[in-house]
Amino acid sequence: MGDHLIFVQGNEACVEAALYAGLGFFAGYPITPSTEIAELLSLRLPQRGGKFIQMEDEIASMCAIIGASLTGLKSMTATSGPGFSLKQEAIGYAIMTEVPCVVVSVMRGGPSTGLPTKVSQGDVMQARWGTHGDHAVIALTASNHQDLFAITVEAFNLAETYRTPVILLFDEVIGHMREKLIVPEPGEIPLVQRLRTSVREGTDYHPYLPREDGRLPMSDFGGVHRYNVTGLMHDMWGFPTDNPQVAYGLMRHLFDKIEGHVTEIARMKEFFLDDAETVLISYGSAARSALHVVENRRARGERMGLLELQTLWPFPSGAVRERCNQAKFVVVVEMNMGQILLEVKKAVDDPERVFLANRIDGTFISPTDIRNILRVIQGKGV
Amino acid sequence: MAVMDYVRERFMPHIWCPGCGHGTIMNNLVRAIESLGLKKSEIVMVTGIGCSSRISGYLDFHTLHTIHGRALAFATGVKLARPELTLIVPMGDGDALAIGGNHFLHAARRNIDITAIIMNNSIYGMTGGQFSPLSGYGKTATTAPYGNIYESFDIVQLAKAAGASFVGRTTTYHVTSMMEMIEEAIRHKGFSVVEILTQCPTYFGRKNKVGDAVDMLNYYKDHTVPIGSDKKKENPALIERGVFVREERAEYCEEYEKTVKRAEKGG
Repeated sequence: MGDHLIFVQGNEACVEAALYAGLGFFAGYPITPSTEIAELLSLRLPQRGGKFIQMEDEIASMCAIIGASLTGLKSMTATSGPGFSLKQEAIGYAIMTEVPCVVVSVMRGGPSTGLPTKVSQGDVMQARWGTHGDHAVIALTASNHQDLFAITVEAFNLAETYRTPVILLFDEVIGHMREKLIVPEPGEIPLVQRLRTSVREGTDYHPYLPREDGRLPMSDFGGVHRYNVTGLMHDMWGFPTDNPQVAYGLMRHLFDKIEGHVTEIARMKEFFLDDAETVLISYGSAARSALHVVENRRARGERMGLLELQTLWPFPSGAVRERCNQAKFVVVVEMNMGQILLEVKKAVDDPERVFLANRIDGTFISPTDIRNILRVIQGKGV
Repeated sequence: MAVMDYVRERFMPHIWCPGCGHGTIMNNLVRAIESLGLKKSEIVMVTGIGCSSRISGYLDFHTLHTIHGRALAFATGVKLARPELTLIVPMGDGDALAIGGNHFLHAARRNIDITAIIMNNSIYGMTGGQFSPLSGYGKTATTAPYGNIYESFDIVQLAKAAGASFVGRTTTYHVTSMMEMIEEAIRHKGFSVVEILTQCPTYFGRKNKVGDAVDMLNYYKDHTVPIGSDKKKENPALIERGVFVREERAEYCEEYEKTVKRAEKGG
């Protein structure tokens, strides 16, 4: 076990997990606070014959991983704030063309150049709606390095299962904080390999004809099946069409394959929720402070619990509603102006009971910050 | 194989206008590939957005029709992931040199083994005739109703300065040399650039009153000369065609393989 216990930054834990998941190709561009991921992969990937490339910009990095994924390699890029903005068009392309890939965004203060070295969780809605057009998306997060490792492996698994980009939405505190990580043994976390077509050479292969379960077996570029990939609305051969029936079918497929599997994709952790009168809902590094408050209040006998979300998108509305229906107060703890707050208000029966405990000044939200806000919410004065 | 063996007949007719030069380029591209004896499954064709980009859909290779300006970035991902594949990237002049200009420069700098074919019709055709970085000073376009006030890029000089190891220019009039040049560009190890002047009678032609497709082809005949021609000395406005750069230089994917060997030895 000693060999597998390491003391690392979150960004390093992300690299360990990506390699564990079988990462074969990484393209990136320097940006704070995610650069350590590119630095470390420039060292580690070549050692195992993997491909690392520093591209000329953020857009090119996103495009390169899509190209590499089409040849069959598990592919990833990493970025932050401004870089995440630049990648959005190509993320939409990966959604439309159903190319599996993982996009890490380590959130920093925004908008614009903002607070490059400070923490924020301001890009939650950007992860959901950053690229144009109606679409569904998967975005995951974590609050500690052990979870971050598992969630990163999960991101690769979900990307391959649903043939979609998966966004890992970490934050600066998680990315740069150092804590211990026990790297799991090979095989300890199951890995999903890409579903490849069994259609033989010479037989008509339909790259965009979903099976009954909604999954689309792939064929690697360079293999025996030659097909077209396009960001235009396309038919089962991948050829452009504006036929309304085909367009409707593809829109429904892209949406349903994710929104129809909310329960399977939902990852969350529950702390003391059974009899909780006050339910905190948090995610990422903010959930660490929230858990600290909950544990202290429990020690004093107060019926408070924490729902820590690891899947942010698709938003697990049903699970959130169920966990909140007995609560007098629901308090969303996040480092933005209330992005997940809006989703929680939509999910619960009584949105008037839902409050926000936040910080938006680049300073990590502390247990004291949460306690001060709770006093106001619970009517105990400031 | 016959030329039509490379074409996805299911997707015909194509969308190009009558008189457009792009079909001539597709024809010669296919003949070049046939002449090289390449298998269809060894070829990945990546395109961006615009009239030029539709070429990938029509041809029976692994085809990737991407987003505007980024074809070379996608192609770089494919090539580095599978260096044994042959990458061909046809682009329009706006696609390659306006929105995609930075990717073009860096692909050339890397000298990655990709063949870039710039179908230069001096206009944005798909969107209805706006001026491009190759329209030329004084030309008229739907976004330059009083005349374009920009000078054009010189694609050959740009590619050369950025580090492309094969650079050529030809036109849709000179079909035999076009095929030979594409063939040599694909065979060349490194980043190859072939600029092909191609007529857009629908927009560039009409907007600039230069006649129909035949008139435009005759213009290419009369206003271009082989590299080093005496006529160029008498009339510097003539456009040179031929192969400008043909160099053996370290190729990116081969350099990367050396990096892997160093890394496997422990640095």
